[in-house]
Amino acid sequence: METVRVDRATRASRIFAVFAALALATLIAMPWWGDAGNMRLVGEMAYYLALAQLWNLLAGYAGLVSVGQQAYVGLGGYILFYLTGVWDMNVYLALAIAGPFAGLIAIPVSFAVFRLRGAYFAVGTWVVSEVFALFASLIAVLGAGSGLSLTPAILREISPDRDTRDIILYLMSLAISVFVFAVVYLLLRSRHGLALTAIRDSERASASLGVNTFRTKFIIYIATAACTGLIGSLIFLQKLRISPEAGFSINDWTVVVIFMVVIGGIGTLEGPFIGMVVFIVLRELLADYGKYYLILLGVIAIAVMLKAPYGIWGWIIQRFDLQLFPVGRRLALGLTGGPTDSVAKI
Amino acid sequence: MTWVNIIVQGALLGGFYALFAIGLSMSFGIMRLVNIAHGDLIVLSAYVALVATWYTGFDPFLSLVIVLPVMFGLGYLLQRGLLNQTLSGGLLPPLLVTFGISIIIQNTLLEVFGAQDYRLQEGAIETASLQTGGFYVGVYPLLVFAVAVACIAALQFLFYRTRLGRAFRAVSDDSDTAELMGIDNRKLYALAFAIAMIFTALAGVFFGIRTIFAPSSGPIRLILAFEAVIIGGLGSMWGTLIGGVVLGLAQAIGAALDPTWQTLAGHLAFLAILIVRPSGLFPRTRD
Amino acid sequence: MTLLQTHNLSAFYGDFQALFDINVTVEEGETVAVIGANGAGKTTLLRTLAGSLVTPPETVVFDGEPIGHKTPHEIVRLGIALVPEGRRLFPSLSVEENLLLGTHSERRGPWNLNRVYQLFPRLSELRRLPAPSLSGGQQQMAAVGRALMSNPRLLLFDELSLGLAPVVIRDIYATLSAIAAEGTTIVLVEQDINRALDASSRFYCLQEGRLALTAPTKDFNRAAITAAYFGMQGRAG
Repeated sequence: METVRVDRATRASRIFAVFAALALATLIAMPWWGDAGNMRLVGEMAYYLALAQLWNLLAGYAGLVSVGQQAYVGLGGYILFYLTGVWDMNVYLALAIAGPFAGLIAIPVSFAVFRLRGAYFAVGTWVVSEVFALFASLIAVLGAGSGLSLTPAILREISPDRDTRDIILYLMSLAISVFVFAVVYLLLRSRHGLALTAIRDSERASASLGVNTFRTKFIIYIATAACTGLIGSLIFLQKLRISPEAGFSINDWTVVVIFMVVIGGIGTLEGPFIGMVVFIVLRELLADYGKYYLILLGVIAIAVMLKAPYGIWGWIIQRFDLQLFPVGRRLALGLTGGPTDSVAKI
Repeated sequence: MTWVNIIVQGALLGGFYALFAIGLSMSFGIMRLVNIAHGDLIVLSAYVALVATWYTGFDPFLSLVIVLPVMFGLGYLLQRGLLNQTLSGGLLPPLLVTFGISIIIQNTLLEVFGAQDYRLQEGAIETASLQTGGFYVGVYPLLVFAVAVACIAALQFLFYRTRLGRAFRAVSDDSDTAELMGIDNRKLYALAFAIAMIFTALAGVFFGIRTIFAPSSGPIRLILAFEAVIIGGLGSMWGTLIGGVVLGLAQAIGAALDPTWQTLAGHLAFLAILIVRPSGLFPRTRD
Repeated sequence: MTLLQTHNLSAFYGDFQALFDINVTVEEGETVAVIGANGAGKTTLLRTLAGSLVTPPETVVFDGEPIGHKTPHEIVRLGIALVPEGRRLFPSLSVEENLLLGTHSERRGPWNLNRVYQLFPRLSELRRLPAPSLSGGQQQMAAVGRALMSNPRLLLFDELSLGLAPVVIRDIYATLSAIAAEGTTIVLVEQDINRALDASSRFYCLQEGRLALTAPTKDFNRAAITAAYFGMQGRAG
């Protein structure tokens, strides 16, 4: 008797899963085989990857192209510094609050920016970020223009010993990256993910099929803001200082993230990984040449957008029909119980 | 007396913002292109004027003779060579390509000129003032406002009384049918962007005279232009002028309460209007 | 002489094939009708001829020149004009401005603003009004006038009678005859078979993207047309 089974994984994705697990284990073990410099770099890569995954979710899947996510990065940082510095809160508690609080702030923000569409939405989110930066620069208790510093006491809460502290911060950066990735991945695998893909492909059509596009986009926006806030708080915990310019810098937190996603492949889970690697390689290679790596990044992003709009991974998908992170669904036809090759793809 | 002063300053400031916004409004109106690099192009114009004044000894106003054609040509090439290819790909390509251009301009200016501030020196007119009815009005802000009005009037004439303007309006309505009537869209878009750049270059020079500028000055110009356009309502040039004035007034009032609140006051007014009247004060586009 | 010829013309919207190996010939001065059910490919054919869809150059030959790859504006300049389905007047422009739009092809010929107003006197009264304020029939007249202003050798009409009242349709078709009498070659896509066959000397019938039938209209056989129209081969009679 013929049965139809819906497969989630492909052979490639199963093989890849093994590699991924091995790679992750290696990274977790880094404190034992790597040095502080390596850990800092990988930690940075982990943050950028997380930010890229989140921006990809927002823009590549929900169609909300935001140029203002730096608002939540800085917000997360400021929440952390404020709670630990002014309210003497335990650093881990403050970290736990930073994310959700950023998500809360995102709610009224969404009322304003969701009035706009497309490129106007993008600039609108930028305005919001500027507003956050201006508030931060004007409020005395937030350090006004010069910002705030983390006191040594707060750092000692994590660990009195500097090396241990570095390891803890490193592992936290890995953890947050894995966590964000897991959230994005599970979301896209779920029914909501299917809804998102439908919205991305055609908002009108999916609305007419009963997908609540507004609520889906709203939830994605809030969730992304919360995660971005959490990442921001961790980033600035490591940096030890925050100022309006650094916290809400579009260049540091948005420009590179957007380029990563675009070059790697927007709208795919694999894209941000590739884009992040390309970015770090470029930056390290051109480290001695000032801002040229940014110029080159811009040129590459433009070239990609015009010639290969689906990025490096998009090109790979087209050539090799590959999917490493199984979020799609494939129809498998065959005899009961036996493993079969896919016949139809959804 | 001070409140009258504030209102006048704010309104005149609005002329500045309207001047910033003209190029942006044109490229959106005709090509549906939101040019993220707009602010950087304003700043680039100021730098071009700066270099022109260095090499020719002209004052900034006279340097316009050089700056306008240069920016016109640059705009034509940019649209024809690059931006035209983004127009059929949906939302992302134009946004990301102009974003890329913005980053490239900013960082190239940074590499070439460094991060320090520059200003264009026009001399006495910068601080001259007229006295009317018991208070002083700066001559320069008045001049800028007049230029903004003249530019918008010139554009209205172009759009409604010339053959080219008719083609612009047709393409803005329905670019497919316009092509079926014999209009070469690619050339037209390039011309439209080049004309928009003339206004952008004007804005850049006037801006560079009034304020110090640096490679990073671009984004805030874009935001101000954008706010003026949205407040005024998409699709209406005179609306953009009014939007600029509203923005200028909001900033002037904010500055009167506390000088450090100026920019923030403008942003908050923009967000408030966005929430209450999302299509702006005088919207006209059919989208 | 043969003004227009297509050679195994196929057209695609992305992966979807809308036309399959269409061979059509139009002699100078004739009026040819293209009929077929909804979705048969009639509009696609006209759009391909007008240049909105790109095809290999030799698949469409106009006055001996391959034009399949040319852009719409290049094709207008060569002398093909389209009166689009649904009129598609420019809403921001007045009636007269819409008509003047037709001159952007910069072709010389007998048609100018005065002559168009002679052909459509009603338009002259409405010339300053914004295009959307006109009735359907008046808009159709304006759309025809706009196409005429480019002085075409070949005029393509897409669903001329769509959405119009019968008496209006009658008037529009009367002007069609006047235009044809000037020597303009016409290809006419119509859902109203009777109108189409009345106005033309030859017809083509499309069905699901394929040529199902072609004949001189004087030889038409109702049953054959119905069969071709609805794709009931082997059931005619």
